[in-house]
This record gives sequence, C-alpha cells and structure tokens, in this order.
Amino acid sequence: MAVTEPVAPAVVKPTTTNDPQSIADQIKAKYPDAVESLSAQGIVIRRDRLPDVARFLRDSPALSFDYLNNLTSVDYPDRFEVVYHLSSISRGGAPIALKVNVNRENPTVSSLVPVYRGADFQEREVYDMMGIRFAGHPNLRRILMWEGFEGYPLRKNYHEPYYEEEHKPFGTRWDQGHHVIAEDRNPWHDNVQYPPDLDATTYKPPRDEIRTAGIENVSVTKLRTDKIVLNIGPQHPSTHGVLRLKTTIDGETIVAVEPVLGYLHRNHEKIGERNTFLQNMPYTDRLDYFTSMANNHAYAIAVEKLMGVKVPERAEYIRVIMVELTRVIAHMSLLGFLYNDLGAFYTPLLYGLEERELVLDLFESVAGSRMMCNYMRFGGVARDLPEGWLDRCQYLVDERLPRVLDEMGNYLIGNEVFRARTKNVGILPRDLAINYSTAGPVLRGSGVKYDVRRAEPYSIYDRFDFDIPVGTNGDVYDRFMMRFWETQQSLRILKQALKQIPAGEIMTGKKNYQVRVPKGEAYGRGENPKGELGFYLVSDGSPNPYRYHVRAPSFINLGTLNEMAVGHKIADLIVILGSYDVVMGEVDR
Amino acid sequence: MSYGLGVLRGMGITMRRVVKTYLGDFRHLGRPLDPKEFSRRQSVRGDGIITVQYPEEKLPVPENFRFVPFLVYEPTLDENGKPKVDAKTGKEEIGYERCTACGICAKVCPPQCIWIVRATTPEGKPRPQAAEFYIDIDVCMNCGYCAEYCPFDAIKMDHDYQLANYERHVSHIYDVKMLMKSTTYHAKLHPTDWAREQQESKAKEAAKAKKQAVAS
Repeated sequence: MAVTEPVAPAVVKPTTTNDPQSIADQIKAKYPDAVESLSAQGIVIRRDRLPDVARFLRDSPALSFDYLNNLTSVDYPDRFEVVYHLSSISRGGAPIALKVNVNRENPTVSSLVPVYRGADFQEREVYDMMGIRFAGHPNLRRILMWEGFEGYPLRKNYHEPYYEEEHKPFGTRWDQGHHVIAEDRNPWHDNVQYPPDLDATTYKPPRDEIRTAGIENVSVTKLRTDKIVLNIGPQHPSTHGVLRLKTTIDGETIVAVEPVLGYLHRNHEKIGERNTFLQNMPYTDRLDYFTSMANNHAYAIAVEKLMGVKVPERAEYIRVIMVELTRVIAHMSLLGFLYNDLGAFYTPLLYGLEERELVLDLFESVAGSRMMCNYMRFGGVARDLPEGWLDRCQYLVDERLPRVLDEMGNYLIGNEVFRARTKNVGILPRDLAINYSTAGPVLRGSGVKYDVRRAEPYSIYDRFDFDIPVGTNGDVYDRFMMRFWETQQSLRILKQALKQIPAGEIMTGKKNYQVRVPKGEAYGRGENPKGELGFYLVSDGSPNPYRYHVRAPSFINLGTLNEMAVGHKIADLIVILGSYDVVMGEVDR
Repeated sequence: MSYGLGVLRGMGITMRRVVKTYLGDFRHLGRPLDPKEFSRRQSVRGDGIITVQYPEEKLPVPENFRFVPFLVYEPTLDENGKPKVDAKTGKEEIGYERCTACGICAKVCPPQCIWIVRATTPEGKPRPQAAEFYIDIDVCMNCGYCAEYCPFDAIKMDHDYQLANYERHVSHIYDVKMLMKSTTYHAKLHPTDWAREQQESKAKEAAKAKKQAVAS
C-alpha cells in the first residue's frame, strides 16, 4: 500500500556543492558585481542584484537551489540585514545563507515572491515586524499585527507594553525584590503606541479589497450571482484555533481564500531576544504545543551548533525516542482530527487521543509536564529516565501502538465516504509544493522526497533504518496517508532506538544556568511532525540572543491555502485546512 | 469491490470498541473500582473505561511532576529525632531555612516571577537568608528551572495543582510563609530526590570527617 522505496541508512550526501566559496565563485562568474563579501556565515549579495542571483541559483542545473527554507531579517545598529536560507531538494545538505544589507533610512529590497512563492508570507512578516519594504510584493500588508498598528516590534528600539529592561534577568528581582504586580507598575494603556493622528475611538480599518487571485480559471456557475465574502473564524471549531479565513465565494464555490493571522500573536521572537538562551527553552514548548519535545530538540540543535557541544550517546537516544513518540501521537491525533473536519465527530479522534494520553503520561513521568515538557538542555537532557520507563515505552512501541495504528488504518482508510471526500481535493502539485516552501507531510504528500532527517541528518538519525514515504497526487487523501505511513516509520525508528539505547551520561559538562554561547550565527533545524522547524540565531557573545527567529512550518504551509482551495466547495475548505494540521501557537508565534 | 464495505467495517470496529470498553465494567457492576483495577486501566496495558471521575477520583502524579515551586526548611527535632509540630498551626517548626538568598532561581526564572529581598545583619551587611521571598504564581510557567538549578536543594516543585481562588492580587502572590514547607513533605513527594540528597550529605560529612582526621 505504501508508496515507498527503501532508502539505504547512513547516507551522508556530499555537501561540497553547498560550500559558500564555490557558490560565490559561480555567482561571480555569472554576475561579477553581485557578491559583496563572503564569510562562513553567508554570502552578502548586492541589493539590486538579489532577484537575478536568486533566479540564477534556482534555475542553474548545477546549483538548483529550488527551496527557500527561511527568510528573515536582523536589526543591526547601522543597517538591516535580510537573510535567505536556500537549499536544494534533490541534493539535500545544509542550507546556504544569502544576505542583503539594507540601509536604515529607506529599507527596501526587491521581493523574491516571483522566484520563490514561499517568500510571500515570510516577507510580509519581515515587513510587519521590522519595517523592511519588499518592492514588487503583490500584497505587502501587515500579517501578524493589525493594520493601523504603529511601529515595528522586532526593531531593537521598540519597547513592548510591560517593558521593564532590555534583557532578563531583571535587576528588580533579586537583592531588593519587593514584589510589584505588573499592572500596578505599568497600566497597559500607557504603553500602547498609536499613530499620532489616530483617534482610536473613531478609527475604522481600511476596507481591504477582495483578492480574486486566479478567478478567471474557475468555471463556477452559469447563474449570475454576486460574489460574497464569508469570514470563517476566528471563533470557529473547524479552524483549529483562532484562525480567520477570509473566503470569497460564488454560490458555494470558493473563488479566493486568504488566511488572516495574528490572533494568537505574542511576539515570541521579541520575548526570545529579551530572554537568555536557556530561558527560551520552555517558551519553545508553546510554539506548537502538540509537539513540544520536537520543538525543544530543534532549538537545542540550533544552540548546540553555536556552542559546539557534543551530546552524550544516551541523551541522543533519549531525544530521538521523545521526538518520535511526539510524531506518533501528533500524527495519530491528526488521523482522528481530519475525520472530525469531515463530520465524523470525535469517535476516531478519541481513539487517537487515548493513545496520546498514554504517551503524555510517559512524558509527564520523565519531564514533569504533559505538554510543556521543557525537557532538553544544551548538551543533553534535563533528567534521566525513571525506573520502569523503558519497559512501559517498550510495551507501547512493540505492541500497543502498532496494534492501534493498524486498527485505525482498517477503521479509517477504507471508508468510502472518506475517500470520496478527500481524493482529488486540495491538490498541490509537486513543483508548487517546493516553490511555496511547504514542509513536512504537505511537501511529501505532493511527492517530494525531502525529510530533514535524511537531507541533513542531525542527532543520530543516520543510524536508523527508515523510509521516507511520499504521496502521489498531493491531495488531502495523500496528506492523510502521509501521517499514517510516517507513524509506521516512527515506530520503526523507536523500535531500533529502544534496542540500541546505551547506559551512560545524559549531559555534557556540569549543569550551568549561565550558558556561554560564543559569537556567531546558526540556523538549526529539525523535522517536526508539521514540517521543518528552524531556529535562526545570532549571538553577540552576551547571555541573550541578539536575534532569535523561528521558521514555523505551519505558518509557511498555510501560504498554499489559496492555491489548494480555489474551485472547491466550502465544506472542502475545512478538510483542506485540516490536512495541514496547523497549530496556531506556531503560526502566530 | 462493493461500495459501502469500508463504512461497515469501520462500524464493526467501533462496535467492538464499545463492547470492549464496557466488558470490564460488568465485573464491577454496582461496586466502585478497586484501586488496582483503576491503576491498571490508566496504565499502558489498560483497556476499558479510561475516564476519571475527577474530583472524586484523581490520578496520582509522578515524582517528577512540577507545579509551582515551594521552599524547603529543616524542621527542629525533638529528643527522639522526630520533627516538632507546632500545636497551633499544625505545621512542623522551622529549624532552619535551606535558602541562602543567592538569587540563582530569580535569575534563571524565564518569566521572572521570583522576587527576593536578601536579609541583612544589624550592621547592614548581607546575610545568607531571604528576608522576603515572593512567587507570583499567575506568572509562573512551571518550567522547573528554579528547582533544577538551585545549588542548595532549597526550592522544589510542588505537586498540588488545585490552586483556584476568587481573586489573584493577594492569594496568588506566595510569600515566604506560604512557600516554606518542611523536608518531611519534600521527602514524601520526591523520594528519589530525597535519597540522593541524603546520600550526598552523608558523603559530604564523611569527607569532612576524613579531612579532619588527616589534619589532626
């Protein structure tokens, strides 16, 4: 049934072609004036040459950097820097970093949306958070903050409500820490910034015009009816959180749909820059709260890249076991959740959640908390496994989970109503999936064999024997099946890991609350159940990260919603959205 | 393939689950569950009804469970080596507080919910004890860093998760009085951790005795 081919384990693909020097040379050969400077941190490109260079990198067959992993910006005292991480789907390997310097007075860069459509949401985020304009962007509006918001929150000179000090720990807490309730110290209305000419009582947001992307391609109805805009959400049970879908419909057919984000926005990245490196760990739990162990892992990888610490064997195995258990429960829950979106209320979902409950019990007994695990540390994990833990896990992995997964397969996959509702619905073709920077099951469901665990093997994933399943059509059915197959593969990894786990240390060096992170930059990533979760960190040698950026898979995956939903009925939109498995904690950050 | 077979098979699985769920309950007809059966149902080998009738029934929490920190004090001991209990409050008398007000917990705390005032001697010099110690439990995110990084084992994570109140400005700001709990309580909650502490203090004393013996 599974459309998989075996992949030989322990293949570390040659990454020589991802070497910045050789890439810079090839860019120089084509555009002699394009490269400003080059370092291990990335290739700095001249601002006006950026679209040419990006197009060259994407289209040149030798390079074929067809995937934009991450797009963000850094606020330096003298300039802004826009950072692009690119990689090649076919070649794999670590992404390369392209950088563009932008002056502070008039920060404008050419948009990369014509080259990589995945840049759409990410450029809007950069514009929203740091005020860098992208010339040629089709829809450059705020994405997380509301229209009419004054200021750019991720600029270093922006102070949020309840602002106390630049960095934690705050001086008021220790030695003379007389407790003050936050509202008493800083009534919230004192620190909200409005434009000078704005009267909040009479303000009306500008009417945004209806987006009719691709409308001419849709053959709808012969009746002459008006198009209307229907808001689904933000308070709606089928939107998986506080997501609003501005849907333009003609009759019941979707003409355009635009996700409106930001209802759960708390500026995770600004909080992250106030925190010390260690203090960020529990905050990463709250990104995608279904998969906190995997979030911890990706963040630990990024910081360990900067610190250069090696993780002890046992800790590596514990980490892999935790992350794969997370993947199993996240995917098994989704199998049920998608049925929920189809109208089969709760029964399949509860079958998935019952197993999730048992795995959460395992997490609780080792990490202390069911969902907010905060379990990994730089150079290891927080606690060793308690007695009997491995036996419980072994039973789950060997007997219970495979049994229930098989049962759920029999229960759900063969259902004719399900097949009719999901096959050929919400198709995302292969080339679009790559161009839109989708990740995880959405990308692989469209037939792209790309998994960070294989493309850039991290931790100890090169030791395990597992396949990367891929879909064929890229429809909802395939994305559903991806979850099913990936759970099977995760169970395979778990079986091997439980067999091989050695005794020994769980932490390199002594536990230290003051983590020394050397100066530098790193982009660390891990394959989360939702896709590639990346952390881009800039350290200036101080205890706090200078820049802390999260590449959230759910957020970037959502960019394809319009592409998938146009032409379908409203009921299908709910299913299509369900097949992403979005978690708003991560989308809005 | 005949259409509808998949739906029917799915319904068969649901039916089987229904029967399996209540099968175990027939044996308990009219009687409350015994604790052994209750914990079996909640374990990885469990089946049947998994629902817990909270608050009549409660799940036991594991030792590592963390919910809002508390401070640890050593109680004064009577002549039998048992902790003295204050008749008025029913609490064990405070012998000495482990906390030295070093401030590591306040510095490592991610949401910065710990506030410490260090005690001073009458001459105004700092003394290793907390004069005031506040935890704003509305701000606390239960990450457990304070307990993890405390070098004196003076702050530990509690297991009591029922903290609802009618207001938050007074009763949710825990001060030293509310935070201080005796080692008896700590040992009950964290037996493994307590055993490690005992072992470490014994090793320390042995090393000290050895050193003294060498010196004399």
